[in-house]
Amino acid sequence: MALDRELVGRSYPPSAVYEVGRAKIAEFASAIGDPSPLYRDADAARAAGHRDVIAPPTFAIAVTLEAAMVVLQDPEVAIDYSRVVHGEQRFAHHRPIRAGDRLVATTTIDAARTVAGNDLLTARVDLTTEDGEAVCTATSMLVARA
Amino acid sequence: MSGPVRLADVAVGTALPEQQYRVSRADLVRYAGASGDFNPIHWNERVATQVGLPGVIAHGMFTMALAGRAVTDWTEDPAALVEFQVRFGRPVPVPDDDDGAEITVRGSVAALLDDGRVRVDLAVTSGGEKVLSLARVVLRLP
Repeated sequence: MALDRELVGRSYPPSAVYEVGRAKIAEFASAIGDPSPLYRDADAARAAGHRDVIAPPTFAIAVTLEAAMVVLQDPEVAIDYSRVVHGEQRFAHHRPIRAGDRLVATTTIDAARTVAGNDLLTARVDLTTEDGEAVCTATSMLVARA
Repeated sequence: MSGPVRLADVAVGTALPEQQYRVSRADLVRYAGASGDFNPIHWNERVATQVGLPGVIAHGMFTMALAGRAVTDWTEDPAALVEFQVRFGRPVPVPDDDDGAEITVRGSVAALLDDGRVRVDLAVTSGGEKVLSLARVVLRLP
């Protein structure tokens, strides 16, 4: 099924607040095998100039993946989820995510096209603090194979 | 070199230390829990083969995270990484044994940009095959 180009630019309501916890950052760092103290030890992070422990560069996906999924739940986005694979991922970090951040995710469809029967959908998730400070832009290109 | 990498330390062609990682089925389960990505193709052989995969495969985002580790191990400052982009070219099958899959990350400085930023291009392989068809980071170095 071809994707409707009119979907491009569609935005979804902001997510509920996600509060970043120290334990969640440490769990993620351990899962990727990264022993850096900046992900676990608030004193080490402060000594490096951060307010609290910071998160590894791909930690944002733990917050943004669910936000990107709102696109696939949109009844007007005719995509078969069981055929979806992750095609590309991009992060632009305005500053590191850190423990204590209260983040809100807003999802927008950046691109939608059909190539050789495969539906390609690009969802951009803007992560900001509750107060509107830009933290990270995470862009996921999803491919629904024909 | 000790301490975080500085702009003055790098030139086009400067290579990052090559890193090799091993990924087992247990690592995938752990990553699923930490990231919240419970897609069964990353832990269930039956589902993975049903959808035409050779078997359980690693999360693309796990491979991306390991590529990121190779960079932040080098810079020693994760906050220096301001942009990170990958294209998932080929899945990484993870066999059900003690060794799992190997993922190798190589990289070098590809361009000096403005504002103290440098672009690093990465080559990420498993079993000699390129698994990310594009992988690049932009660092802002002191």
